[in-house]
Amino acid sequence: MSKKNPEYDFAWCPGCGDFGVRRALEFALRDWMNETRRRPEDTVVVAGIGCSGNMVHMLEGPQPFGFHGIHGRTLPIAFGVKMARPDLNVVVVAGDGDFLSIGAEHIGPQAQRNLNVTAVIMDNGVYGLTKGQSSPTTETGSITSTTPFGKLEVPMRPLEMYLTWGVSFVASCYSSRVKDLARLIMEGMKHPGFAVVHVQSPCTTYNDTHDILKGDIKKGLAPKIWDIPPDHDAASLEAAYEVARSPGIPMGIIYRNPKSASLDQRVAELALKAKPKSVQELVDSYLV
Amino acid sequence: MAKRRDFIVRFAGEGGQGMVTAAEALAQTAAQAGYHALTFATFPSQIIGGPTWAQTRISTAPVHSPGDELDVLVAFNREAYEEHRGEVRHGGVIIYDSGAFQLEGGDHVQPLPFEELGKSTGNARASNMVVLGTLSYLVAWPEKYLTDFITNRFSRGRPGDEEVVRSNIQAGGLGRQEAAKWGFALGELAPPSPRQGQQVFVKGNEAVALGAMAADIDVYVGYPISPATPILVFMERNLVGPGKLAYQASSEIEAINAAIGAGYAGKKAMTATSGPGLSLMSEGIGLSWMSEIPLVVVDVQRGGPATGLPTKTEQSDLLAALNIAHGDVRMPIIAPGTVEECFYAAAHAFKWAERYQGPVVVLSEMVLAERAQNIPKPDLGSVVLEKRVVYRGADGYLRYEEPGLSPMPVPGGPGAYVANGSEHDPMGDTTHRSNWHQHMTERRFRKLKLLEDGTYESLNPDEPVVLMPWGGTKGPAQEAYKLLLEQGTKLGWNYTMFLNPLPPRLLDELRHKELVIVPELNYLGQFSSVLRSLGVRAESITQYTGLPFKVRELADRIAARLQAGVKERVTV
Repeated sequence: MSKKNPEYDFAWCPGCGDFGVRRALEFALRDWMNETRRRPEDTVVVAGIGCSGNMVHMLEGPQPFGFHGIHGRTLPIAFGVKMARPDLNVVVVAGDGDFLSIGAEHIGPQAQRNLNVTAVIMDNGVYGLTKGQSSPTTETGSITSTTPFGKLEVPMRPLEMYLTWGVSFVASCYSSRVKDLARLIMEGMKHPGFAVVHVQSPCTTYNDTHDILKGDIKKGLAPKIWDIPPDHDAASLEAAYEVARSPGIPMGIIYRNPKSASLDQRVAELALKAKPKSVQELVDSYLV
Repeated sequence: MAKRRDFIVRFAGEGGQGMVTAAEALAQTAAQAGYHALTFATFPSQIIGGPTWAQTRISTAPVHSPGDELDVLVAFNREAYEEHRGEVRHGGVIIYDSGAFQLEGGDHVQPLPFEELGKSTGNARASNMVVLGTLSYLVAWPEKYLTDFITNRFSRGRPGDEEVVRSNIQAGGLGRQEAAKWGFALGELAPPSPRQGQQVFVKGNEAVALGAMAADIDVYVGYPISPATPILVFMERNLVGPGKLAYQASSEIEAINAAIGAGYAGKKAMTATSGPGLSLMSEGIGLSWMSEIPLVVVDVQRGGPATGLPTKTEQSDLLAALNIAHGDVRMPIIAPGTVEECFYAAAHAFKWAERYQGPVVVLSEMVLAERAQNIPKPDLGSVVLEKRVVYRGADGYLRYEEPGLSPMPVPGGPGAYVANGSEHDPMGDTTHRSNWHQHMTERRFRKLKLLEDGTYESLNPDEPVVLMPWGGTKGPAQEAYKLLLEQGTKLGWNYTMFLNPLPPRLLDELRHKELVIVPELNYLGQFSSVLRSLGVRAESITQYTGLPFKVRELADRIAARLQAGVKERVTV
C-alpha cells in the first residue's frame, strides 16, 4: 500500500535504500517546479520493473504522470515520450538489473543521441524483487540463489561504462545522502542531454551494503564511498575516467559535457528547416 | 483476330541488371497510356547478383495478380532463359541480350543486343528503353506511349535533361526497328478504356505510408527490415517539420516501445516491420494492449519463421499477429488485399487505435508492398480523423475505472496517472487482486466492440459454398472466381480486410454457409482455423512456395474441392 492508495499492494522492505531515493526524487521534483514554474503534470516518470520501478507508485506529494512499462525498456519508452513532447520533464527510475542487464542495449543509442532525460538508477547489486539473484553489479564470488557456488563473472563497472557509452552527464550517490542526491537529480534534470545519476541503494534483505558503503568504525570498516573533491574538473572526460576508475564509490558529479546539445534541440532546429509536403501534395506526386 | 486484353512480360537475370527498373518503367508507360498495370518482383536477399526477376502485367481492366503465363520473357543471361522459358505461353516470345550470350534461335526466340544498342545512343543507361521499344512494337502500341513516358520521366528541370530524353527516345526507336525485322507481332493490345478520375502509380508500402499521412500520423519509429524498409525511408523524408518525427531506432524493441511512449504522450504513432521484427515487438504490443495506449503496427509479411525468406511473400503471420503477446490478448487486424486497400487499411488502423485506445496490426505482404500499380487516386476526403477521447477534468482521476473505454489523460494536462503494464487498479497502481484482474481483462476485451465497423464484399450471397480469400490472395482469387463462374460453377464470394474483429454481419453470413473455402499462402491454413474457432465451416487451400497463387492453378484446386462435395464437410 501507499499513502495515496490503500489498494496498492506493494511495499519496500524496512531500511530499503529506495526510500531515500524516493525522498530525494520528491525534493528534486519540488525544486524543479519551483525553479522552472512548471506544474507536477509536466513531469513523466518512466519506471522499470523491479523493486525500484515501484517508485512511480510510491511518490508522495504532487503527482507527476507515470509509466510503469516492461522490463528493461525504460529508455525506449522515455525516448518516445520525450521526442513526442520535448516540453515534458522525463525521468527514468530503474534498477541495476533492469537498466544494466536486460536494458543495457538501450544506453548506447540514447547516449549517442543525447536524449534529454534523467535516469536515476538504483543499484543494489542484486535482483531483489525476484528474491536474490546475481545482477551485473554483483561482486565476483558472491553467493546468490543463481550463483550457489559463487559468481564467476567480474562485476560491471557502470560509471566507467556510462562514460564510454558517451552519456553526457554522470553522477554517483548513495541513497542515504538524500539532500546530495536531490541536488544531483536536479542537476541532471537541468542538464540539456542524457543524464545518469547512479545511486547505491542497498537491498536490506539480499545484499545489505549500508555498512560497507558508509563504513563502520566499530567493525573496523573504512567507508567505501568518498566525496569527489571540489577541484575535480567535471568538464574533462579524462578527469572523469580517473574518478570513475578510483577504488571505492565516488560521490558527486563525475562528468558533465559542457558542449552538450540535446537531441530534441537538434531535431527542432532541423524541423524548422524542413519543407514538409501536405498529404495532398504527397499523393499528387504519384499522379499518373 | 480479337485484340489482346492482357500483356505479361517478365524480365529475368541477375540482381543489379535493372530488371525491377525495367518492369516499373514498362508499367508506368502503360499506366500513363491509360492501361491498368502492376509489377511483381522477386529477388534474393543480397545487394548485387543472384537470380532476380521482375514482371509487369498490363491489362485493359483492373487486375490484382501478376498473371500466370508469360507473353514475353526478356532474358538477361542464359540461366534466366533456362529457368523461365517454361513459363512462356504458346506463341509467346523470348528476347535475349545477344550482345552478352547466344542462344539457338527459333521464330520466337529473338536476339536483341540491347546493351549495345542502348550505348550506341551515347547514353550508357538507355538499354531498358531499347527493350521497351521492342515490347511496344510487339503489341502494336503507338510510338507516342513510350515517348510520352520518356519525356515525362526525364524532364526533371536539370541541365542535360534534353539529351537524356533524346537518347532514350532514340533507344526506344532502335528497339522498335529491331522488332520490325522479326516479321511477327503478338497481336494488338486493345486500347485502354477511358478512365474515371485520376490515378496514382504507387507501391503498397507507399500506399501504407500515404494512408498513415492521411490519418495525420505524428511519430514514426522504425528499424530497417525487408520488405518494410521503404515505409521507414518514406517517413524519414516526409514526416518532417514541427511536431512531426520520423526516427530510425536501434532495434525493433526500441522502435515499438518508443512508439508506445509517443502514443502515451498524446501522439499518433506507428511502426512498421516484418516477421522477425514483429516477434521482437510482441512484448511491447502486449504493453500497449495492457496499458491502453493507441498504436499502429504494420507487419509486411515475408516467409518465416526466424529469418525465413526475407524477400519472398507469405501470409503466415496471421496467427502470430492475432495473439501476438503472451496472456489474454486478441489483436485488431486489418489486412489489405490490394495496393489501393493498403492506403485505406493504414488510415483505418489509426481510427481504430484512437477509438479503442490500443494496438492495431496492419498485415501487409511482400507481394503488395513491392507491387507498383496504378490505382484510383486515394480519396483524402473519405479519411475521417478519429480524435482521441482526452480527459479534461479535475485531478484525482481514475483512468481505468470504467467497465469499458474511458477518456485518456495526456501528460502536461490534468488527470496524472500511471500507465501500467502490470495489472492495475483503477488508479493505475500495480495490483495482484483477482477482482481487478477480472475487471481489467473484461474491460480490455469489451473495447473491441468499438471496432465492429468493418465493411465487406459479398457476391452471390445465396450460394451455400463461398470463396473467401484474405490479404494479397484476393487478387488471384478474384480472377480464379471469375474463371469458375464463366465455367458455370456455383460459388459465392466474400472478402474483408477487417480480419479481427470481423464485421458481425459477415460472420453471421459465414456461419450459415455449408463451406467456406479460404485460399491462403501458409502451411497451417491459418485464417480458416480462425474461422473454424468462430463456428464457421471453413477449409483452406494452401500454398507455401514464397510466391503468390497462379490463377489457373488456384481455380483448378477450388474446382477439385467443389467436386469432392460438401459431404466431406468440415466439422467445427
